[in-house]
This record gives sequence, structure tokens and C-alpha cells, in this order.
Amino acid sequence: MKVTVKVLLSLFLLGLLSWPAVAMEKLQVAVASNFSSTMQRLIPSFEQQSGYRVTASYASSGKLFAQITHGAPFDIFLSADGERPHRLEQLGLVVANQRFTYATGTLVLWAPEARSPEEALQQLQQGRFSFLSIANPKIAPYGAAAMQVLAKLGLDQRFIKRTVRGENIAQAYQFVYSGNAQLGFVAKSQWIDAGDNINGVVWAVPTHMYSPIDQQGVLLKRAEQNPAALAFIDYLYSDGAKQIIAASGYGGLTQTITVE
Amino acid sequence: MVMDWQPVWLSLQLATVTTLLLLVIATPLAWWLSQTRSFLKQPIAAIVALPLVLPPTVLGFYLLLLLGPQGAVGQFMQQLGLDTLPFTFAGLVVASIFYSLPFMVQPLHNAFESLGSEPLESAATLRASPFDTFINVVVPLARPGFITGIVLSFAHTIGEFGVILMIGGNIPGETQVLSIAIYDHVEMLEYSQAHILSAGMVLFSFVVLLSLYYVNHRFEMPRR
Amino acid sequence: MKREIQAHFKASRGEFHLDARFTLPAQGVSALFGHSGSGKTTLLRCIAGLEPSIDGSLTVDGQCWQSNGALFIPPHKRPIGYVFQEAHLFAHLNVQQNITFGQRRLKPHERSMTFDDVVAMLGISHLLKRAVTYLSGGERQRVAIARALLTSPKLLLMDEPLSALDEQSRADILPYLERLHDELSTPIIYVSHSQKEVSRLADYLVWLEQGKVQAEGPLQRVMGRFDLAATHGDEAGEVVIAKVMQHDEYYCLSRLQCCCGELWVKRVAGEVGDEVRVHIPAKDVSITLEPATDSSIQNIWPMVVDAISEVEQGQVMLQLRAAGNRQSPPLLSRITLKSFERLQLSVASHCYAQIKSVGLLS
Repeated sequence: MKVTVKVLLSLFLLGLLSWPAVAMEKLQVAVASNFSSTMQRLIPSFEQQSGYRVTASYASSGKLFAQITHGAPFDIFLSADGERPHRLEQLGLVVANQRFTYATGTLVLWAPEARSPEEALQQLQQGRFSFLSIANPKIAPYGAAAMQVLAKLGLDQRFIKRTVRGENIAQAYQFVYSGNAQLGFVAKSQWIDAGDNINGVVWAVPTHMYSPIDQQGVLLKRAEQNPAALAFIDYLYSDGAKQIIAASGYGGLTQTITVE
Repeated sequence: MVMDWQPVWLSLQLATVTTLLLLVIATPLAWWLSQTRSFLKQPIAAIVALPLVLPPTVLGFYLLLLLGPQGAVGQFMQQLGLDTLPFTFAGLVVASIFYSLPFMVQPLHNAFESLGSEPLESAATLRASPFDTFINVVVPLARPGFITGIVLSFAHTIGEFGVILMIGGNIPGETQVLSIAIYDHVEMLEYSQAHILSAGMVLFSFVVLLSLYYVNHRFEMPRR
Repeated sequence: MKREIQAHFKASRGEFHLDARFTLPAQGVSALFGHSGSGKTTLLRCIAGLEPSIDGSLTVDGQCWQSNGALFIPPHKRPIGYVFQEAHLFAHLNVQQNITFGQRRLKPHERSMTFDDVVAMLGISHLLKRAVTYLSGGERQRVAIARALLTSPKLLLMDEPLSALDEQSRADILPYLERLHDELSTPIIYVSHSQKEVSRLADYLVWLEQGKVQAEGPLQRVMGRFDLAATHGDEAGEVVIAKVMQHDEYYCLSRLQCCCGELWVKRVAGEVGDEVRVHIPAKDVSITLEPATDSSIQNIWPMVVDAISEVEQGQVMLQLRAAGNRQSPPLLSRITLKSFERLQLSVASHCYAQIKSVGLLS
């Protein structure tokens, strides 16, 4: 009897001792929701290469920011903008001078009823729509970029009452998808994700019309020594990762995509 | 720090209009539910209760599709030569009516059922027509139910977020209500503005519910 | 043309079958009389129009109110007054508002009763400003009667208006009902299971059993037949309502409480506090002059002989009531003429009733 108890006890203690080691291999990444589909393509490739396991939490950058400032246990934060990583750095919650741009957002104007990118632009300029959908410029970088484009086109004051603002770029997309808005500034990555399932064309907004939508990432203080976290950041700089990210619709894209 | 009070005003407008329309819609519906023996009673009661269990975003998403230009309701409205409802104040009213319907119907339904048939039969033997009976007997006797329904619908509409987020479009002065404004402030990291509005909302809800309990307590007469 | 009320109603609801046809004089007090479950309240509700799903025909004083599906006058268009078993006053109105509720809905020329007369007749002038919540049972019922009378009804319907009241209120209110009978020209249909109430108030009687009319006619004739039926045959006996007080699992017995005393019976199914109806057959009630202490019979009640009637073949039927309780419902005992003479019983004799067996009705 006694021997059995001792064996069980030692096994239990052994388990306790080895627990932190197992936990170290796990990586908690907070990811802005607009990057979720790309992240889901990156994770398997990273896990295969490194042997580490990644758990990703998707939410709006604002929510993740609030969670992190209140001690949420994340190792890496991939934000949809540069502002929040910057604020975290000021607050001293992240490893200093390690902010990195992992992707650059690309803005497109989606017109489900248009037949060519030129027509989509004309539709906007002539006001041939009931509602124009954008992400909320105060919250979402894509929304701020859309406002810059409208300003460049001299349209920013004209359609205030006809501009509906999604809380994030996903909702801006949804308003167009459901047919309630006839035009919308959305992310190119969304357009690519949808594949053949949606109608119309996009006008690829020339990148000089808006300031770059830099999506930045930071390493949290708690993960300064976490090898898995460091490995993941290294991985994001690798060619394989860059390819996946570019194929998802991020980066310096210039050509127009048209889908029948 | 600049406070924009327009969303507060808009929320109060929305809640008032919604509550008044709900009174008109829910009263006959709750009365029918309390009196009918139709096989449709349970299905209708279940549909009315749906917003209690569905996530608001689900309701909002379907309303967005249904009321939109490609949805059945939206196409009907376009045939009538009307604008579609999403992103308009009228659209918010329609959505809020759906969303707050159980909060008006259920207190009324309970109040009507707890009256029993006795006051109705008494009134009928005293020459009161069914409509006369409803106005002069049922409504005064069901007053606690009406008060509960009005207060809950009003407060629930003030606090509504998910549905409006889906079909509102966040147009200032048109569809940007209090709860959306709070959300925006949080997202913009403007926590002090968010605090003012949120604390106001907590205080408002508490005062409303507290007065509900006081008022109902006063009307709780021992009855036979 | 003779002034009368002709009614015929037919319905089946589960076990209960109603098929009652009767004709009442459209004057004085007519009683629908019978045990509970006999259908008398249902019939009264049919007359008021409160049971639209029951088929039937009804003609009151030459006017057709209902005719087998072809015609149905809704209750609020029938010139009736209705007094419910429990007053059913409107809780949101005070006494005065309650009693004028119906009156206010009449056209001036339809008002034959005046407020002051009715209030005076029922002695409620001091209650007018009160909330109905603060009335006693007897007061509530008087207010309910006033409310019904002020609709100036062509026909007043009363559904056991005394049954929900205690003894004292009942005694208080009966004189008012007698005044209605004496002072009003309005015909009254009065539903009751109480032989005493009916005997005191009614002129005409319809005796109902299980939804059927057993007899109808002037009070004395029908009451005589009712008594006779109750004392004939082996089934003669009394139905008493009793409350389950206790279960004794060891002896497999239940203790019941009824108006005459305690009753130990074989374990019943009901819960403590439930009401059960028991039938006590006259042939199973025996009489002793002293309480037997060595008897196998457990249920022994002190009683007083109220009435004696001889039935055929050397048998005597005694009507007993509980000693010290003038209001108790009667208990019947059938003993042999020989025992009767040996015990030297007479009206007002004190004795002990031994109940050998009871039948459970529900």
C-alpha cells in the first residue's frame, strides 16, 4: 500500500515540476481580427517549423489593448494599427524598441454593381449610391485611410449623412455584402478572402492617396525570455511568412483585381 | 475634454418612440396570448421570446439582411417607393421593437393572465362590452404589468447595443446612440468620456429600476 | 301569456353530462338545488350567457336569449344581475364605484332601481367610500348584491352567495335575502346545495342530480320527494365533506375532520389538508346511549336526535345532528324498531352514533 502511495505521490510531484516547462512552449498571441484569416494560415506553418504551439485570440485592437493594459496573459500583440503598440510602449508594458510592422493594409473601393474599376470610382464621385460604407475613422486605421482618400477626392463633406461607419473593417464589409451599402472602402485582404463568392469589382486605391496602414506588433514584457515568442517574431520576418502575408492581400500591391 | 450629448438625446428619443409603439403593438398581442386557446398560442409566444435568448448580433444580422435592398421586407418597401430601413432612425425603431418586444409582452401577458376570468365575467354581467371591460377593468387592474413593461422596454432600448451596431451604421445625429458612443470612446481609448457616459447609464438604469420597484410595491394591493 | 322561463341545455365535458330541461315561473325565487357536481352552477352560467360553448335554448318572459346555435345574446346584452359565489368585486374601485359600475352603463329610462333604495335595502350606506379590500365577507357579498340590483335586472341570478361565508356572516345576510324576496318584483334564480337556505328562500325548486332534472315544482312538493329519496333503500345516507388531518402509516388509517367530529378511516390517498367527500350509509350508523369504550368501532360521536321517521318492515330512520351544534348537517341512522323502543329515543334525546363504515366518494 505505502509503496503505491509513494509512487503516486512522486508521479504527481513530477507532474507539477514539469508543468512550467510544458507551459513555456505554448505561445499566446493577441491578434487584431482583420488579420485572423492570415494568422490561421501562418500558425500551421510556424508550428511545423518550430515545434511550439500557438494559441491565438482574435478581437478588435481596442479590446485587446484594454485587456493587455489590465494584465491579460498574452505574449505577442499583433495590432491593426501603429497607435496602440506605441501606447503600450509608452506605458512600459512591452519590450522597448521592438515594435515591428508585420503587414501593410491595402485599401480598395468595392462596388458590387459596377463593371469596371473606373465605373466604381465614377459611381463614388457622382454620388450614385444610397450609402457608402467605411470603417469608423476614429477607431479603425482603414477608416482613417478611407477618409483621407475621400478628402483627396474632395468628397469628404459631401456624403456625411450617407456614410455609414462600421465599428471595424469587418462590419464595413458586411454593410456592402448585405446590399445595404452600394459602395464601401474595405480591406483588400477581405476581398481576397471572399474569393468568388461576391459580386462586382474593386478600385484599388493608389497608395499615395492615404498614409500607410502599418499593422504593428509588439512583444510583451512577460514574454521577454519566452523562446517561443522570439521564434514567432523571427518567423514573421521569414520569406515563407512574407509570402503568405502578401498573398493574403497585404503589402505594396499595385495591380487591379477584377472578378466577374 | 469635449462631451457630445447628441447620442444621449438620440437614445432617449429612440426609447420613447419604441416604448410608445410597443404599447400599441404589445397590448393586443399580450391580451390575445392570455385569452386564446388557439394552437398558435405557443408558437407565437416562443417567437416573441426569441430576442431573450438570441445574441443581439444574430438578430441584428438577420434584420440587416431582411430589411436590406435584397431582403424580403426591403424589396417590399422599395416596391412601395420607400427607402430601405437600415442606417435610418426608423430602422432603429423597427429593430428596437423586435428586440424589446418580450420586455413589454411578457409583463402584460402575466398581468392579464393573473386577472383570471372573474373580473371579465363580472363586468359582462354588468352590461360592459368586451372593449369597455378591457379599458375600464383590465387596464386598471393590470396597471403594475403596464408599468413594468413600459419601464423595462424603455430601459432595455436605452441599453441596446448589438442590434443597433449591426443595422445603425453609426451616423452621428441619426443612428449614433448612447451605447454606440460609449463603445467608440472605449475603442478610441477615451476612457474618461466613456466613464461619464457609462456611469450615467448605470445610474440611470438603477434609478429607473428602483422607481419601478417602489411604484409596483405601492400598487401591490391585497386582492381576492 | 303565462310569465315563465324555459330552458334546455345540453353538454358533455369528460365524465360530466348535462341535459337539463326545466320551466320556472318568472316571479319569486326559484332554486336550482342539488349536490356539488350536479350541474346547477353550470346551468346558472348558461342562463347568464357565460358558457357560450354549451348548446341550448333559453326563453325568458317571452324573449328568446339563446336558440341552439341560431341565436346567442352575449352576457352584456342580457338584462340580468349576477351574484357570484365569491363577490368578485373590482379591486381597483371603491364600494360606491363598484355598485354603480353596471348602473352607469344603463340608459336613464332603463334604470328602475334607485341607488338610495338599494343601498338602504342592503344596509351598506356606511361602506360607500371604502376600498373593497377592507370589507368583511358578508359586506362584500352585500355590495355584490347591490351592484347586481343596480343594473335593474329583469332576472337576478345568484350562485350560492352564502357558501363562501362563515356561519355568522351567513346568519347576518339571510335576512337581506329574505327582504329581496319580499320586496322585489324581480324573479330570482338561486343556486344552492343547502336544504336550509332553499327552504327559507325559495318558492319553486328544480332538483338536479348529475346534470339531470330529478324533479321540479313548488318547494314543499319537491323537498318532500328529496327527503324521501334520501331515506329510502340501502344507499340512504349522508354525504359529508371532511378534511384529511393526519395519516397513520402503522395502522394504515387516516384521520378526517368533518362537521360532526373526527373520523378514522382506511388510509386515503389524499394529502393532509385535502378535502374528501365521504358517504355515511344510514344502515352503518348504530346508536348507543353511553359512549362505548370496549367497542371495535372507533368513530363515536355525541349526537342529538332531530327527527324520527318510520320506514317499512320494522325499521326506523333517525335524523341526527352533532350535540351542541345546531347548524351541523344531518346524519342519518337506520335502526330496527325493536332497538328504537328499547333505547326509548325521542326528538332531542342525546345519544352516541357509532359509525361502522364509510364510503369514500372522492
